[in-house]
Amino acid sequence: MQSGHIKKVEGRIVPILGDDIDTDRIIPARYLKCVTFDGLGEFAFYDERFDKEGNSLGHPLDDEKFKGSNIILTGKNFGCGSSREHAPQALKRAGIDAIIAESFAEIFLGNSTTLGIVCITLPKEKIEKIYKTVNNTPDIKVVIDLENNTLTVGNKTYNFDMKETNRQAFLTGTYDSLLELLKNKPKIIELEKNLPYRFV
Amino acid sequence: MGKTLLEKVWEIHKVGSISGGRDQIFIGLHLIHEVTSPQAFAMLREMGLKVLFPERTFATCDHIIPTDDISRPFADPLAEEMMQAIEKNIKEFGITFFSPESGKQGIVHIVGPELGLTQPGMTIACGDSHTATHGAFGSIAFGIGTSQVRDVLATQTLALTPLKVRKIDIKNKLKPGVYAKDIILYLINRLGVKGGIGYAYEFAGEAIESLSLEGRMTVCNMAIEGGARVGYINPDQTTYDYIKGREYAPKGKEWDKRLQYWESIKSDPDANYDDVANFDAHDIEPMVTWGITPEQCIPVTEKIPEPKNDIDKEALEYMKFKPGQKIEGTKIDVAFIGSCTNGRIEDLREVAKYIKGNKVAKGVKAFIAPGSMGVKKQAEAEGLHEIFMEAGFEWRNPGCSMCLAMNPDKLVGDQISASSSNRNFKGRQGSPNGRTLLMSPVMVAAAAIAGEVIDARKLLNIK
Repeated sequence: MQSGHIKKVEGRIVPILGDDIDTDRIIPARYLKCVTFDGLGEFAFYDERFDKEGNSLGHPLDDEKFKGSNIILTGKNFGCGSSREHAPQALKRAGIDAIIAESFAEIFLGNSTTLGIVCITLPKEKIEKIYKTVNNTPDIKVVIDLENNTLTVGNKTYNFDMKETNRQAFLTGTYDSLLELLKNKPKIIELEKNLPYRFV
Repeated sequence: MGKTLLEKVWEIHKVGSISGGRDQIFIGLHLIHEVTSPQAFAMLREMGLKVLFPERTFATCDHIIPTDDISRPFADPLAEEMMQAIEKNIKEFGITFFSPESGKQGIVHIVGPELGLTQPGMTIACGDSHTATHGAFGSIAFGIGTSQVRDVLATQTLALTPLKVRKIDIKNKLKPGVYAKDIILYLINRLGVKGGIGYAYEFAGEAIESLSLEGRMTVCNMAIEGGARVGYINPDQTTYDYIKGREYAPKGKEWDKRLQYWESIKSDPDANYDDVANFDAHDIEPMVTWGITPEQCIPVTEKIPEPKNDIDKEALEYMKFKPGQKIEGTKIDVAFIGSCTNGRIEDLREVAKYIKGNKVAKGVKAFIAPGSMGVKKQAEAEGLHEIFMEAGFEWRNPGCSMCLAMNPDKLVGDQISASSSNRNFKGRQGSPNGRTLLMSPVMVAAAAIAGEVIDARKLLNIK
């Protein structure tokens, strides 16, 4: 279980452009055959990164220019498809701390947030602008400041959008909700007693 | 002002408000399978936690199980490892398991309804996005990630942000040869794959009410493909008739009590919706996807459209289609009938009705994976399997099969499949460049017989 405040994410951007990038692309289904999430990182975007023989197809994640980056820049509806947490788990294990997109699929956003991956949204024009900057200067320093709602790319600062709930959860270190849920155990047990249905 | 079903069910299950404007919601029924649960159990062990209400969680195995030889150990050692993990977990934590030996195994979203576990007015969660299926009964059912599976196991609750409700009203009945699958593909095409984000979809109107429960499940199943985590249909006599007599259905006096509850949670006639969208069933034709998202679909009679955006261009390139090309006549290599969308007994009956006396085209691999052992048994009792095999279809064992290809059923190379499943994503059916055309089971059967995409109404004389 992860906890602890997240006020800032610093690092470099890797652009993985395109809309509707689904969870099957983020982690192909055949790599879900596992009983732990360990080791999923190396299979992130596998089919777009490698051919059948395992030769690199030059995906941005493997591009020397962007190697070691920890922030993904992408398009609309990122993470659509399956509810499987394997997708954000794979990204996290591939070293991703944050994702900047035009929009996110809902379950993916929830799963990522629980894991402490910071997901922020920006309009298309800004994403395109940042892409140009990053493509020209891949080493440029990027800071996502959750306290001030700002994204700084080099000397340019942008205001991003983020679900306020999620922002607060990162700032207060409550993005993994289990401890909060456990606190209400007596109330849960009381509610269960009065629920109109059970299985016998 | 009246309330929607979503508001009523939410209120009944609300434990309280928690941080960040979220509610803590009790989950009445928790379904698990072998792919998204082992890590959750591992987390429980790590934290020294127990399952709070083991009697509210039910397990099955569906994603990895082979559909041909299911003798143990499985040929795939990774599949065997996952199977052993779920067996160990259910034993240790005291959870009911619909194993292959129990005769009740199958796809989680088929098994729940079939055994009468799924009922109106419930909150249902499962580590699988197609949990939306169960909304067909008037329950609030949604897919969750593995950390949330852990949360439900440990607390039987989830931290959830309230949803808005969009009522989708479809007037008139479907024309012959047009099915529930066509409704949902049509709606996703109109409302978009992102259209449902932040919403629960309430499906209503004559087209929906005149569907069987099986058809309703098909519609709700793919609500997630339209971006809505939840899709539901108000319960009615069709719902109650479906549930009655099933293994976990309430009995005797309890039935009457439960019926009262079910009636009470329906959306009020004066309920307040955040949005309403109106459609006419007469506008819906048999649909076929041509791209790499379910939104990219057209009536079988139409031509592949000009690309409107980057994802359309990407789809055309991946699928090797040209704009202006007719979708009808596209040669297929594989025909797959099954999955949580269309692996139910009604789907198989409908297919059998039309393929009798026909033969699968030469060179096409056609197979049917029933959704559960219950469906398989029923189909065999009705002799449907003989019709399928006679026509040249392989008759398999239940599981998710080639829908996501976590078992040995896979496309090879850039093969094209006609599929009754729910996702046409790149690589979805097991080959990184395999191509999927989604359509109704009857349209898949027609494609299998013709060896190419064809209007089933024409080929099979559906009037």
